[in-house]
Amino acid sequence: MARAVSTRRKIGFTIAAWAVGLAIFFPILWTILTSFKTEAEAISSPPSFLFFDWTLENYTTVQERSNYFRHFWNSVVISLGSTLLGLLIAIPAAWSMAFVPGKRTKDVLMWMLSTKMLPPVGVLIPIYLIFRDVGLLDTKTGLVIVLTLINLPIIVWMLYTYFKEIPGEILEAARMDGASLRNEIIHVLTPMAVPGIASTLLLNVILAWNEAFWTLNLTAAKSAPLTAFIASYSSPEGLFYAKLSAASTMAIAPILILGWFSQKQLVRGLTFGAVK
Amino acid sequence: MATQHSRSAARIMISPAVLLLLGWMIVPLALTIYFSLLRYNLLMPGTERFVGLLNYRLFFNNPAFITALVNTLVLVGGVLLITVIGGVLLAILLDQPIWGQGIVRILVIAPFFVMPTVSALVWKNMFMNPVSGLFAEFSKAVGLQPFDFLTHAPLASIIGIVAWQWLPFATLILLTAIQSLDSEQMEAAEMDGATALQRFWYITLPHLSRAITVVILIQTIFLLSVFAEILVTTNGGPGVASTNLTYLVYVRSLLNFDVGGGSAGGVVAIILANIVAIFLMRMIGKNLDA
Amino acid sequence: MTQTTRALLGATALCGLAAAAQAETLTIATVNNGDMIRMQGLASDFTDQHPDIELEWVTLEENVLRQRVTTDIATRGGQYDVMTIGTYEVPIWAQQGWLVALDDLPEEYDVDDLLPSIREGLSVDGSLYAVPFYGESSMVMYRTDLAEAAGVEFPEAPTWDFIKEAAAAMTDKENEVYGICMRGKAGWGENTAFITSMANSYGARWFDENWMPQFDSEAWQTAFSDYLMLQNEYGAPGAANNGFNENLALFQQGKCGMWIDATVAASFVTNPDDSTVADSVGFALAPDNGLGKRGNWLWAWSLGIPAGTDAEDAAKTFVAWATSKEYAELVAENEGWANVPPGTRTSLYENPAYLDAASFAEMTLESIKAADPKNPTVDPVPYTGIQFVAIPEFQGIGTAVGQQFAAALAGQKSAEEALQAAQDLTMQEMQAAGYIQ
Repeated sequence: MARAVSTRRKIGFTIAAWAVGLAIFFPILWTILTSFKTEAEAISSPPSFLFFDWTLENYTTVQERSNYFRHFWNSVVISLGSTLLGLLIAIPAAWSMAFVPGKRTKDVLMWMLSTKMLPPVGVLIPIYLIFRDVGLLDTKTGLVIVLTLINLPIIVWMLYTYFKEIPGEILEAARMDGASLRNEIIHVLTPMAVPGIASTLLLNVILAWNEAFWTLNLTAAKSAPLTAFIASYSSPEGLFYAKLSAASTMAIAPILILGWFSQKQLVRGLTFGAVK
Repeated sequence: MATQHSRSAARIMISPAVLLLLGWMIVPLALTIYFSLLRYNLLMPGTERFVGLLNYRLFFNNPAFITALVNTLVLVGGVLLITVIGGVLLAILLDQPIWGQGIVRILVIAPFFVMPTVSALVWKNMFMNPVSGLFAEFSKAVGLQPFDFLTHAPLASIIGIVAWQWLPFATLILLTAIQSLDSEQMEAAEMDGATALQRFWYITLPHLSRAITVVILIQTIFLLSVFAEILVTTNGGPGVASTNLTYLVYVRSLLNFDVGGGSAGGVVAIILANIVAIFLMRMIGKNLDA
Repeated sequence: MTQTTRALLGATALCGLAAAAQAETLTIATVNNGDMIRMQGLASDFTDQHPDIELEWVTLEENVLRQRVTTDIATRGGQYDVMTIGTYEVPIWAQQGWLVALDDLPEEYDVDDLLPSIREGLSVDGSLYAVPFYGESSMVMYRTDLAEAAGVEFPEAPTWDFIKEAAAAMTDKENEVYGICMRGKAGWGENTAFITSMANSYGARWFDENWMPQFDSEAWQTAFSDYLMLQNEYGAPGAANNGFNENLALFQQGKCGMWIDATVAASFVTNPDDSTVADSVGFALAPDNGLGKRGNWLWAWSLGIPAGTDAEDAAKTFVAWATSKEYAELVAENEGWANVPPGTRTSLYENPAYLDAASFAEMTLESIKAADPKNPTVDPVPYTGIQFVAIPEFQGIGTAVGQQFAAALAGQKSAEEALQAAQDLTMQEMQAAGYIQ
């Protein structure tokens, strides 16, 4: 009896969740579908959903026109590089704020977030001048530095929240057993913090991957990532929806696949290993 | 009980982040404040001179300033409302036992992977266009007059687009938090005859409070500087109906290349953003202690 | 500052040494228009001729490109060796000494073959500072089939009164056919460009000889209320957010009876691969009001070389190749004459093969010839430029004015309120910039 009810419940939830999921995903699905249409079909009215002449022509055009793999590689280096560097700096900081909070911890946290409030459009010129003088224009290093700095507050914040969830008693217990601070971090806390770190990592890779102001304005040819690749497809003269869709699909696909593989890890949450 | 030893260790661990951010804040901020006191147009080198607070006066006197300020707040507030409420509901839904959970999760998270320019282009041209967009096609199919979203409800349309992009972020954070909810407590409450709504109100929501706080704070930071979506869809218009502060600063500094005026706008934007942040901290900051 | 300069010199010297050792690399910033994309595809012809020059392309959307190259050249960032810029930027940048003068182009380049009005727009004090890649004016494109069905016959040089009648006759909202499509999206290069050109033919001007804004003039009132009337009665829904691209898509889908816009669009709307109405498009000159000026603009996407580049000679070789007669032949050979970049050389319009392939050729040439950036409107003006005012402040002012125009189109304001707001904000900016004491 109970089983029947829960099965019915499960069916209900499944339908609801799928309906919502598909609705949210639909614009992306539509973009992907459009990328397989001809330009004329992409704007035809009424629109065709699945029954059109599927074509790969947009992808070949895009591939002929742009060096996709160079942009892709730059995106990978910049987003991973800045996230890893950011984690390296942020983990100790978030750690000490979560477990050895001082009177000013909350102020420091708030202040960190406030460094993100300078609107990029207002400070491009100063930063551009600095970058020119130190020779960082159009370098991957320069972008890694900028993206690390702009995302650092977010990384610290997310890690802080996750670390806060780890019950303090575990620390107490470990200390009673005479564990040193180092051991405490490596053997007790790190395993519990891995899911939180993983989801911070993914979210920041995405933020860095999609960052389109600094990456466009501080690069030229050599280190331009996928955001620049996209900027060469939005609104040229002539019809462009299908080509834009193809380019967008190529820009989204890697991160979508990464998300696909890591989402289990992401939502495993913080119950991992915790004593309740 | 933190010892003296662990306190100093903590200070060492926190210092790289603090020092770096300090540098990152002070250098551009100092330059921005300096530039804001100059008449400095990038296209007219050699004409720089000190003008005191003139740039600020011009920025405040701009009739678009008040509209932009209100628009900024409405945009932030609107998107927060949609994403937090929607995020909580979605997180609860996705936490239920369902078939194909993994796939549904990825569907819901996906909009976050789309670059802002792309999503704005897709929404504008393929959905909201009153002649050939999907919404227009749908209205015509049911015999209604297509609604011209970007002309008659520009700000609401942009809120919709931005909310679509940020809903996944809220959902993801809240889902991660919900998973750490003690299931025994939930079951005990159920046994005691608590209704689903009561359980949500007294157990789930308090448990999520810190995660909600973080969602609000982090999103606010990003939402205060929404830019690409406005540029692509409405150019801040019609009129200034969808101009926010960031867009106003953009017009000054990167369209007019008026570095002085743009910098003044930037400084004003930082101050206002900090006021918003302090206000937020007062309202919800206590959730951070717990 | 001196330290910066020294560092820069040092860096330049280093780059120079490095470049001497190996092949030179040219970084070319260009806009993602069809003709430029084609050039990128055909560039192997250039590198085959010049194996010691390598090309790196930075292709960006117009707004991003403009922001990018302006920041770089004004700060002397030195990221690019060749920049794609328009008629608006060239005179302003040249006066700042930011561009390399192109007076020593080779004999066979035949600089006198460039169309005079285009060449003049790219020259300062007699020196050429950028070479035109393609040039455009604006004209009326209309549907011959709809015109016939509605019983209107287009003259070669219509008046605005005729346009109003034709728009009324061709509008058929039941079947989603809108009599006239015009730009409405705010932006100095979008609605402001269109409305300014239109207003010129009504005798309106941006400034009088003393730089006083003229939006309170009667000519502006008439021009702007006619624009609003045409858009509201016969225009497409959502016009307030339609720019060049949106209108192009509408016209290609057969939703516009007429479309007044850039002459380059002619090759897109007559291309059967993209356009559903390719074989029923006619062309006419931009309308006038009997005052001796037509509402057509002038623009040329051009290639310029930033001063201080470390590869000046290679850059000159490249820009000469890309805008040469040989390049036109190369395109014709590979893609057909209709796809040759239009509007830059007299010889192209004397070439029977081109005239044969491009039905729009004559009208394009007529339109470009009729445009006079030094005397854009009936009364004298202190500025150059037809659809823009060639002063650095214009991008910002033009966009703010465009927002007022769009607000009136969206029904938020009346025509008078919008023009008054435009007048006030222009006045404020011009005072702040020191034009008006």
